Amino acid sequence: MNKNLGRQSVAFENCITVTSVASVVGKKEGEGPLGARFDEVHEDAMLGKKSWEQGEAEFLKKALEKAAEKASLTQADIDYVVAGDLMNQSTSSSFVLRDMPVPFFGIFGACSAFGEGLGLGSVILDGGFARHVLVGAASHFCAAEKQFRFPLELGGQRPLTATWTVTGAGAAVLSLGGEGPYVRGITTGKIIDMGVKDMANMGAAMAPAAADTMAAHLREFGRSPGYYDVIATGDLGYVGRELVVELMAEQGYDIRANYTDCGIEIYDQQTQDTHSGGSGCACSAVTFAAMYYPKLVSGELRRVLLIPTGALGNQTTALQGESIPGIAHAVVIESAGA
Amino acid sequence: MNNSKQEQARFAQMVKAASPDSRLALDCARAFVVGGAICTVGQFITNSFMSYGFVKTDASMYTAVILIFFGVLLTGIGVYDNLGKFAGAGSFVPITGFANAMAAPAIEYKREGYVLGVGAKMFIVAGPVIVYGIAASVVCGAVYYIIT
Repeated sequence: MNKNLGRQSVAFENCITVTSVASVVGKKEGEGPLGARFDEVHEDAMLGKKSWEQGEAEFLKKALEKAAEKASLTQADIDYVVAGDLMNQSTSSSFVLRDMPVPFFGIFGACSAFGEGLGLGSVILDGGFARHVLVGAASHFCAAEKQFRFPLELGGQRPLTATWTVTGAGAAVLSLGGEGPYVRGITTGKIIDMGVKDMANMGAAMAPAAADTMAAHLREFGRSPGYYDVIATGDLGYVGRELVVELMAEQGYDIRANYTDCGIEIYDQQTQDTHSGGSGCACSAVTFAAMYYPKLVSGELRRVLLIPTGALGNQTTALQGESIPGIAHAVVIESAGA
Repeated sequence: MNNSKQEQARFAQMVKAASPDSRLALDCARAFVVGGAICTVGQFITNSFMSYGFVKTDASMYTAVILIFFGVLLTGIGVYDNLGKFAGAGSFVPITGFANAMAAPAIEYKREGYVLGVGAKMFIVAGPVIVYGIAASVVCGAVYYIIT
């Protein structure tokens, strides 16, 4: 049977269960609206390590271990780890896997890593190449600021369009068979670059990619936005969300009723000084783990379309005047009863 | 939506409309008050030195040293970045801001070692100010030499 639906989408034949999820976050995320729902909240941004970069790796390690533990799996039970992060050359993921003798696919999709990981993990499982795949994504505010922007102690003002990188990591165990919630399909994004060069407005840079993937998904699956209880993009924030609503309206889709962005859900804009919202690989990963997954298990939500989004520029390309390519990967997750 | 020049220009308009502008009047007011306050403190220090008999050039030099010390100290204890968030250019333009621009990367890159970390990265923010400050001084000096 041909599993491909059109150019970008795949519907899975087998039941691929999201067996467990885990979310490990920093202090600021713990103080946000989802604070009580995270598995672990840590006051220490370095988690006892000596640098923020090591801290990011430690967050990922804790999230991966937690997800495996919740699924009652040992390292020997896991066939593959698929993980990505925000550091150059994805070092956080590689450092974690030093102590995990498991076949490893390191992925880079910037903040779309969790969506890319869920997609690739599901493809591996549906192809019959594994029983359990562990997916993870991590980011760290301080490490990201240091790598992409200015030193933390520098006194300056962030533009109102800027987003706040989530400190933390999210992970999920995907298994062949099981009792759901199920990954039913994916729509893999294309690189979309509409010429945005402003590194302080990532939501705008990624919004066209999010809308492109979302529209392609609905078209190829033959669905209307109302099919889903929630459509959640990864880390566009308020500015990006507004642009996606407009871009989708141009294509004839009214998504205002059930569309949100994980970057909007994770922080309180009024009290947490995050400006346009949250961002980073961990943004969609921990928000899915803490907010949507439990509701899919309980049946409160039946169908969720998660679309993690990534901005694929770096500081050098930005200084050279390049615009920022965006990408977005859609993943359909449905409760067992849906 | 394709990525033709027209569509990119149209999207740029959409982005402009969707993006909140910075609060110019408020930011200017805060910058004026904080920047003015820092300079007033500086003037107070200079006047104090002069009242103890120091000549103006010496008093100015000691004032700069004291302000730089407090800029670095406040950076080290994590206060100056909050001041900068509030005041913007008001705390960046005075000499305390320059001290902050040197101290902040020095703290940040300590993990990368004292030579290629602190030593090299210390100038990532202040470097351009030094380079173009000196270049501008040379130009001004040349102009001054010619017209006098």
